[in-house]
Amino acid sequence: MNPDDKTAEIYLDNAATTRCDEEVVAVMSGAYLLDYGNPSSMHRKGYEAEQLMKKARQEIAGTLRVLPEEIFFTSGGTESDNLAILGCARAGARRGRHLITSAVEHAAVAETMAALAEEGFEITKLPVDERGLVDPEEAAEAVREDTILVSVMAVNNEIGTVQDLKRIGQEIRKKNPGVLFHTDAVQGYGKIPLAVKECGIDLLSVSGHKFHGPKGTGFLYVKKGTKIRPILFGGGQQNGLRSGTDNVPGAVGLAAAAVQAVSKQQEFAERIGALREGFLTELRARIEGIRINGAQGMQAAPHIVSLSVPGVRAEVLLHALEDKRIYVSAGSACSSHTASGKQPGTATLRAIGLPPECLESTIRLSFSRDTTEAELHMTADALAELVPALRRFH
Amino acid sequence: MKYEAFIIKYAEIGVKGNNRHIFEDALVQALRRALLPVGSFQVTCIAGRLYVEAADDFDYDEAIAAFQRVFGVLGICPAVTIRRTERRLPDIDALGEAAIRYFESVYGLERGKEAAPGEEKTFKVRCRRVDKSYPMNSMEVDAAVGERLLDAFPSLKVDVHDPEILFHVELREQVNLFSEEIPGPGGLPSGTAGKAMLLLSGGIDSPVAGYQIARRGARVEAVYFHAPPYTSDRAKQKVIDLATLLSRYTGPIRLHIVNFTAIQLAIYEKCPKDELTIIMRRYMMHIAEELALQNDCIGLITGESIGQVASQTMQSLAVTDEAVRRLPVYRPLIANDKQEIIRISEQIGTYETSILPYEDCCTIFVAKHPVTRPRLDIILRHEEPVREELDALTRTAIAEEEIVTCGGRAGNGSDAP
Repeated sequence: MNPDDKTAEIYLDNAATTRCDEEVVAVMSGAYLLDYGNPSSMHRKGYEAEQLMKKARQEIAGTLRVLPEEIFFTSGGTESDNLAILGCARAGARRGRHLITSAVEHAAVAETMAALAEEGFEITKLPVDERGLVDPEEAAEAVREDTILVSVMAVNNEIGTVQDLKRIGQEIRKKNPGVLFHTDAVQGYGKIPLAVKECGIDLLSVSGHKFHGPKGTGFLYVKKGTKIRPILFGGGQQNGLRSGTDNVPGAVGLAAAAVQAVSKQQEFAERIGALREGFLTELRARIEGIRINGAQGMQAAPHIVSLSVPGVRAEVLLHALEDKRIYVSAGSACSSHTASGKQPGTATLRAIGLPPECLESTIRLSFSRDTTEAELHMTADALAELVPALRRFH
Repeated sequence: MKYEAFIIKYAEIGVKGNNRHIFEDALVQALRRALLPVGSFQVTCIAGRLYVEAADDFDYDEAIAAFQRVFGVLGICPAVTIRRTERRLPDIDALGEAAIRYFESVYGLERGKEAAPGEEKTFKVRCRRVDKSYPMNSMEVDAAVGERLLDAFPSLKVDVHDPEILFHVELREQVNLFSEEIPGPGGLPSGTAGKAMLLLSGGIDSPVAGYQIARRGARVEAVYFHAPPYTSDRAKQKVIDLATLLSRYTGPIRLHIVNFTAIQLAIYEKCPKDELTIIMRRYMMHIAEELALQNDCIGLITGESIGQVASQTMQSLAVTDEAVRRLPVYRPLIANDKQEIIRISEQIGTYETSILPYEDCCTIFVAKHPVTRPRLDIILRHEEPVREELDALTRTAIAEEEIVTCGGRAGNGSDAP
């Protein structure tokens, strides 16, 4: 086996990042080598770059059926989440100092909320059920007069649960029509349908590298009229909300990847969703005592599988799979950390009430458009072989 | 830049009798190697004095850091040197003028300027006249140079008992002016002792142990026990990084990476669970001894310290030690407290890497209550039924070892900062 032969790899960590699309790299290459001007420059080279930026913005707006001026390019999901939450909290601080989020958010949201709590904002963390779902009515109950913003993710990054954004949006507005609704759609964009208007979403975060786009790119949708302040200050680009020289190649690549992902979203969800179902059926039949986490059926994202294998440490299973050139992710770090005081498992796994024997024995497999049935079959083979062997040495 | 030369003081070399030149040569070589990345320097040993002179611009802090990684260096004196003109040392006026310029540039004094209250400095001149042909004796030079300094700087005061600045004037083959001495690491120059095999885990102790023995002039090779899939590539890279950090002091380190998984699993399955760690450690020592003998090492080095963990009680150490039959085991940290070890590891720059949280093979499968007072006869009895299998696995592990050279220009290891 040639270690440099990447074709023999089975990459099932697409929720971490994806391989960049070749067409995306090609359009970016053009923007780097030919149209390398700064849109802020007054000359023609700058104007041409500005036109590229404008086209990219239009294309991305089209994927969500929103206005181009509602799209703000960022460096990725983390910045989009930070801008949405900090920006709205600071702009709305005089109206109220209360924000609502869920117990299963990505760190980019959870830690931003924690930072606001230190600044004196009040944060309500909505619990989830064993599938990882937020109850829309419970969300509405938490909304108060002084609530500025509710932030609930579209698809959970660890267990793939799809939240009912439409009902959450409706319910919270019944209680307080002025409340802003943000969703971290980093794992949802291009994977599930996202109806921004129907769901009443004001702000939506997206990261480019999760759908074969360039790393270090992303955007935030901000509904026209939303009161938001910048978190980066400088040259006043992008309407003053996001200063910094425009990343033209990044925007162009992001737009190309976004158009591809969203135009093929339905086909992706059907095909990959079916592969996922087949894979889970095979795992259940071949490996004893496993547990599939998160919501299933319509409320499961097509591309994420969270699998608990009691009796095997996730990190060991991950490295054993890596030895077979199958790359997955471990939900949690190893037990030597927990000895030093850290709680076992991750916040999400604890929030869905996973039993203790599963907390450190959970791996995530995440698929892309390039994942094949044969790969999943080989992965099931590998798991069926490794799990009993590793359980012997637990 | 304040200085262009350094006088290197070295420690015990002076008392080594006929072997003295071997140690001096080794120190000169080590200094040249250490200074290579800093700039262009001339290192010479004249009449028992080691001089380092810069041939070009260099960064002072970088140079000091490089000196401080050379074993055998006791102290570093940044100096101003004056060469002879027409074979003659400078006369007392020239000497005085050089002293004044030294105080201007090193202490930022201004000629004729009164000091603000509380900013006076006390000093004393100490002349050493090696060249006895100089027309004044050393006490006369002390007085004459002191007087010229006092005249030039009203902010200076003489204090012969406890001066803030002890200003050395050496009249030798050249004139050396210096007043500062920065401590070096001490010890003996690298390569003047034998070579030893260090058992390097990812922890805090073993790099410190390697440092301590290398400081006595020993060359070091290292062995790391890798246990995939229970330990990861990152854990292995961490050990390579540690060896690379250590190599800044020792020179390039050949790191032997031994796959220990099969041995560990066999022990786990066939020996009592509470004896896993102690039996594992016996096999690690055994493998380290084999590798040491194959690679001309004449000792093993471990970071063990009495009572630190269950496998390092005196009883455990006795049982572990028995696994090594042909070589001494050097345990320089045996009587150190953890805090002392941590302090040294911070000093030598390995601490931050050591505490990165990756599993090493000693932390997996660990029993809740490992034996703390193992008895050799019982351990041997429990090893007996698996010995043949373990010996076969040991031979395979040694035959399939991977060797990575860390540090130096041939290094595959990551670059040290």
